[in-house]
Amino acid sequence: MNATRVSYTLDSTLESVNKAEETATQIATKSGFDEDEAQRISMAVREATVNAVLHGNAYDPKKRVTIAYETTPGSLVISIRDEGKGLETADIPDPLAPENLLKQSGRGIFLIRAFMDEVRFRNLEPGTEITLIKHVHGEARDGKEASK
Amino acid sequence: MTMKASTRNVDQITVVDLSGRITLGEGSVVLRDTVRNLVGQGNKKILLNLGDVNYIDSSGIGELVSAFTSVRNQGGELKLLNLTKKVHDLLQITKLYTVFDVKDDEAAAIKSFKA
Repeated sequence: MNATRVSYTLDSTLESVNKAEETATQIATKSGFDEDEAQRISMAVREATVNAVLHGNAYDPKKRVTIAYETTPGSLVISIRDEGKGLETADIPDPLAPENLLKQSGRGIFLIRAFMDEVRFRNLEPGTEITLIKHVHGEARDGKEASK
Repeated sequence: MTMKASTRNVDQITVVDLSGRITLGEGSVVLRDTVRNLVGQGNKKILLNLGDVNYIDSSGIGELVSAFTSVRNQGGELKLLNLTKKVHDLLQITKLYTVFDVKDDEAAAIKSFKA
């Protein structure tokens, strides 16, 4: 399978979040990930898109979210880019710390890291790009079988 | 699929049957409003039946935590019933499984509330 890349530019709305989740499910499934893995990937994309829409672009109608999916024989690479004020990852509290356990928010990036193999952040000035990578672990890498 | 919530009373415990997705937006709002209304009406023994909830995101998890703490702060109890595997796994990795009182049998769950 050759590498393929597709990207979408979305408005800063909740509808975009749902659309991103649906697209991620479709692409992960098409890439050969099983149902459970595809749902984890789509949930990571959902959480990252929520961050981009809500915390990054703050629902600003003038700002867009760009999501790119790159499928290679060995992995699925997804980048989500916003046009917001930027994100300082070092400032994100640990949601598993006892003092944070009962907080209402702050679990999104933790879940993204739990569901993906690699997560990278890049400051774009302005904006943030988060790159999510899931490796294909199965023997067949032509979209027939992926990680279990 | 949007989220639906319906309530019923069993031996003075309010059982809330939830179905659909608890996610940022409508699903979280439905849960928040339902619990807020129940507490406002003096119903402080609440059993959330999540048997038909097939998806929760971080916002939904936050809403469950918020419901739990707000009921507890009013001197009540909020417990969870019938978690699907996906929701169970989410609560495990976020270390919330031990925070919530999670039940898998409704009759036993009803009896477990303090008199």
